[in-house]
Amino acid sequence: MNIAPPSSFVLNRRHLLGIEGLSAAEISGLLDLAEEFVELNRQIEKKRASLRGRTQINLFFEVSTRTQASFELAGKRLGADVMNMSASSSSMRKGETLIDTAITLNAMHPDLIVVRHHASGAVELLANKVDCSVVNAGDGAHEHPTQALLDGLTIRRNKGRIEGLLVAICGDITHSRVARSNIMLLNAMGARVRVVAPSTLLPTGIERMGVEVARDMREGLADADIVMMLRLQKERMNGSYVPSMSEYFHFFGLDAKKLAYAKRDAMVMHPGPMNRGVEIDSAVADGVQSLIREQVEMGVAVRMAVLEALSRNLPNA
Amino acid sequence: MMLSDRRPILLANARIIDPSRDFDIHGDLLIADGQIREAKRGIGAAGVPEGTEVIDCRGKIVAPGLIDMRAFIGEPGAGHRETLATASEAAAAGGVTTIICQPDTSPAIDDPATVDFVLRRARDTAIVHVHPMAALTKGLAGEEMTEIGLLKAAGAVAFTDGAKSVTNAQVLRRALSYAADFDALIVHHTEDPYLIGDGVMNESEFATRLGLLGIPKAAETIMLERDLRLVSLSGGRYHAASITCAESLDVLRRAKDAGLNVSASASINHITLNENDVGPYRTFLKVSPPLRAEDDRKFLVDAVKNRLIDVVMSDHNPQDVETKRLPFAEAAAGAIGLETMLSAGLRLVHNGEIDLMALLRAASTRPAELLGLPGGTLKNGAPADVIVVDADVPWMLDPADLKSKCKNTPFDEARMQGRVVRTIVTGRTVYEYL
Repeated sequence: MNIAPPSSFVLNRRHLLGIEGLSAAEISGLLDLAEEFVELNRQIEKKRASLRGRTQINLFFEVSTRTQASFELAGKRLGADVMNMSASSSSMRKGETLIDTAITLNAMHPDLIVVRHHASGAVELLANKVDCSVVNAGDGAHEHPTQALLDGLTIRRNKGRIEGLLVAICGDITHSRVARSNIMLLNAMGARVRVVAPSTLLPTGIERMGVEVARDMREGLADADIVMMLRLQKERMNGSYVPSMSEYFHFFGLDAKKLAYAKRDAMVMHPGPMNRGVEIDSAVADGVQSLIREQVEMGVAVRMAVLEALSRNLPNA
Repeated sequence: MMLSDRRPILLANARIIDPSRDFDIHGDLLIADGQIREAKRGIGAAGVPEGTEVIDCRGKIVAPGLIDMRAFIGEPGAGHRETLATASEAAAAGGVTTIICQPDTSPAIDDPATVDFVLRRARDTAIVHVHPMAALTKGLAGEEMTEIGLLKAAGAVAFTDGAKSVTNAQVLRRALSYAADFDALIVHHTEDPYLIGDGVMNESEFATRLGLLGIPKAAETIMLERDLRLVSLSGGRYHAASITCAESLDVLRRAKDAGLNVSASASINHITLNENDVGPYRTFLKVSPPLRAEDDRKFLVDAVKNRLIDVVMSDHNPQDVETKRLPFAEAAAGAIGLETMLSAGLRLVHNGEIDLMALLRAASTRPAELLGLPGGTLKNGAPADVIVVDADVPWMLDPADLKSKCKNTPFDEARMQGRVVRTIVTGRTVYEYL
């Protein structure tokens, strides 16, 4: 059952709070390790015992289906005892503060805590109060490092490399942690990054984060190898950031016509969950150029790699 | 509570700085009967009344006590955060001899009885002077003006909605007109709440990197510009409560050049810190308006120096762990400042950014003039609200030493150079640094 992993990569830090600060070597190490888990996950026997005896708590203050499921499967496949806690059932509802929750959970001696929170910086705040490893599963509009890693893995497997590619990230950049983590990862790996959005969805100073900026899809997708679409929340399409859903789709929704502005072999990605007919047309989402389902598969492998690499650094590992 | 009785005091061999007269000499200052008797060279121990306490102040500075024009105190209603008593202890330890407290209390200071309550509580519990500003609108709701005449008669020194802006221009226009008849000063926080939106820090690349929504400088400048046009329409005395950016300084300069009766404050936070100090989501650096860029900070310091900014205030705003130990966007805004404003200001003096005279003028003489208070000067007959400052003594800020009930200081564990070593209020020593 236990096939010793050929990669002995260790993430030499206690937490994974963001892509910011990770070196290209660390990112490559994680992606290489994840490749092994892609193979493992395609076998009938998917279990490993490297996290046996370890306790992993998935603490989700914001609802999530795929990220939480993906972290749960990742932990279980590595042999950890996984507990899920979500805001709807936790004492957060009863007014307990984030720090009290952290201190309470810490007293139960978990080895890994996976946290998603709606406020930027909340995961770091929690990480400062616990003795175990913390993985950021998304904090506000700040970072979502495992999403960027799974996107990087998906790109690398399909294009053979990341360096030198042109990646267009399209949609609500202002509120997107996926965009921020991807901008940092892609820059670290030597890709060219372009963000494409109406001005209301572009945050101040974004051009100083190592990206080109475009405000229409024809210009934005020109020569792109990868078109990465972002979700736009419905409450931002009622006149607050863009006038309406239909106007947004008309100018920024990805359909076959707009996809043709990109390279012929361009691939389409989306972190999910998708608003079909809002930011992406079904024909494109389900089309031959779509990598969206593969992203979900890579998600489990990348999260296994992150948990494994962090656990190798835990005390008594 | 008082550390000494009312024996006459001679502060001897000091560098005496009196910004009300641009006066900077080496000499002695004699205090008796709660008043300043004389400040000159060579009074000496021989020329003083019998029983005078002679304090050698060699190498130290003697100056008027600070008058802090903007402090949020929890009394009434939030005594768990700060009381008039604890705020006054903090003030004394920081060289502030007069606190101007803001009306954002519960209930708000919007009727004469509450002004009276605050004054009586302060008389009974505080070791420094306390004067309240009263609400400009009832319940700080921004809709109906308060009883400006009666509140002033009860002892309110100015009128403000505290940390809130009056968005309805008609309300502010009428309040300015009406207040002018009573020569009442209106102090206004200038931030358009709609432009603030969900913003929590200065709008910039730095906020974008942190994934925090920004507050544009225009939120302040637009409101200030509107206000100054209303002042030119209505007359009245107007004071901008907390200016933070270069663009606002341009607007302010134009209004002053046009001869409008306007003045402005900047907080000690905005002249000594910038947005980068927020670092990894440090909520103690979350203040309102937000800390701006380093360029803005420099322009503000210059504006204090050349008197475009009249007043430097602490913006003292105690927040406890329940409101600060939270993710940045969810944490309350505010930082304490009564105890640190002088030492923080001395950083600028040591860096050569501003001279001591200008700093002291902005923190004592100008607020006294604007509010019609007798302090802020060392002239003969003035109340003996005096501080002795050692501008060079190095010390580290240990939150456990803070007198304030809340420890939300942006200078947590900071190394400081210079501090107050003695604070005298009405001729009594209320604080001594040992």
